[in-house]
Amino acid sequence: MNALRQSSPLAVTGKYLALAFYVAFALFPLYWLAKIAVTPDKLIFSEGTALIPSRFTFENFQTVLLQTDFLAYFRNSLIVSIGTAAITTVIAAAAGYAFSRFDFRGKRLIIALMLITQMFPLLMIIAPIYKIVATLGLLNSLTSLIIVYTAFNIPFATFLMQSFFDGIPKDLEDAGMIDGCTRFEALRKIVLPLTLPGLGATLGFIFTAAWSELLFALMLINSNDAMTFPVGLLTFVSKFSVDWGQMMAAGVLALVPSCLFFIFIQRYLVQGLTTGAVKG
Amino acid sequence: MTAQADNAPGETRARGSYYIRYMVEPYLYLSPAVIVIALVMLVPLVIGISYAFQAVNLLRPLDTGWVGFENFQALWSDRKFWLALKNTFWWTLGSITFQFFLGLGLALLLNTRFYGKRLVQALVFLPWAVPTFLSALTWAWLFNPTIGPLPHWLAALGILSEPYNILGDPDLAMWGPITANVWFGIPFFAITLLAALQSIPGELYEAAEIDGASAWQTFTKITLPFLAPMIAITVMLRTIWIANFADLIFVMTGGGPANSTQILSTYIFTTAFRKLDFGYASAIAVALLGLLLIYAVVLLVLRRKLVKI
Repeated sequence: MNALRQSSPLAVTGKYLALAFYVAFALFPLYWLAKIAVTPDKLIFSEGTALIPSRFTFENFQTVLLQTDFLAYFRNSLIVSIGTAAITTVIAAAAGYAFSRFDFRGKRLIIALMLITQMFPLLMIIAPIYKIVATLGLLNSLTSLIIVYTAFNIPFATFLMQSFFDGIPKDLEDAGMIDGCTRFEALRKIVLPLTLPGLGATLGFIFTAAWSELLFALMLINSNDAMTFPVGLLTFVSKFSVDWGQMMAAGVLALVPSCLFFIFIQRYLVQGLTTGAVKG
Repeated sequence: MTAQADNAPGETRARGSYYIRYMVEPYLYLSPAVIVIALVMLVPLVIGISYAFQAVNLLRPLDTGWVGFENFQALWSDRKFWLALKNTFWWTLGSITFQFFLGLGLALLLNTRFYGKRLVQALVFLPWAVPTFLSALTWAWLFNPTIGPLPHWLAALGILSEPYNILGDPDLAMWGPITANVWFGIPFFAITLLAALQSIPGELYEAAEIDGASAWQTFTKITLPFLAPMIAITVMLRTIWIANFADLIFVMTGGGPANSTQILSTYIFTTAFRKLDFGYASAIAVALLGLLLIYAVVLLVLRRKLVKI
């Protein structure tokens, strides 16, 4: 805004101070997590509140990776998150395409149903889901988690995909169809390549959502073999509640997939989130 | 479409089948989404509402059946429920207020020009990408005097008499999850409001400058009215979302100490997860749903009356 560009040096200093506050507030907790993770066990208490440890170690990471079930949790979470992201994106892309390109009877009803699923407390269905999953004999299976997460994420992903399809001119497919493609071929050969960034963004959003879901995983999984990362870490924390360095090392490792996704998605954030939906 | 070479009847047939395909096709694309949502969300939702009127406790498998409004009567005289309701109110109000004002401030800052903007934007949005369970654990550790600096800083500032863990103090415990939630939620408001700010036409500001408007006048007369619709919708959705948001509190305090951080959604979860009393948990959930619906209706009516753009 012009008003601030012409303002006094005092206002400019104030602005940079405010920005510094926001950056510090955003980063400090993560910095602290990483700091404790690389502090040798002996120094954790003596240097409790020092901002920089006097010595570094990667021992905690080693222990976590090699001597705990951490890698198994990591693998389970990867299976669930990738499975959920892939299935959800395919289903949501189809539904988003229908919303974007067709007018049909019941469209408003289906949109309304999808919006309702975003408004009610998900915890409301935790008991029925548990009973259904138990009856089907799917407790402690990653499949049940993938199915449940897929359903939770379809509405948001559909609206997101719809906004990406809306951004692609309809003329392109019409041209393809006049040239003899069926609609499906036009979709596959013309529209999908143009939607690749949108598909990537949707995959990323769903992946992180599935990666961080905790409460349904707690309810549906209680065998150590099938635990996802959040459940595993929480069990880990309550079991080894004094091994601070190891817990924080595990935390830092849990951050890795989310941060990778974030770096990838950062550019699209402002456009993507506002055109898609406001739930996040 | 090979119908082009045919005469008129063939052409109508081709157009007819095209018409039918056009009618059927969207449903084909939609059916997987609709089937999955119906089976995994809507059917359980109906079952969940029906549980509220039944005795369903996995620890007492023989004692089941329809009980009418018994669960709700129990709820009415449950002191924990009223405490959780009060806590839900403070949790939601505290979180949304700080998230909104700090988010708005950040959006206004990011809408100006400054050195290193891309990097700053990436860094301040980072908390949004941190999984909630990890945000919760990180903040719980920061508040722990053994390894976290916060109690020592608070004591040095004179806010605490000595460095102890506020998560264990019934009077202060709620501030722990609220802080974590504010940290986690600022980027959401900043992102949505920044996008709305960027859609305000620049000419308006130029005109205001020519007319000699002060920065404050520009903000209240141009920026705020343009942001109002976005503010209304994000605050409403966010309020509902925060009121339902149990993860942070569940991980940080588990609702304790002495239920001082128990909100309705954590109460639902602990009742279902620890006590396996699905009937009672569903009754709390139905009550929460009813309250949220009332809130949404009130807000929509208010919005129609107040915001006239």
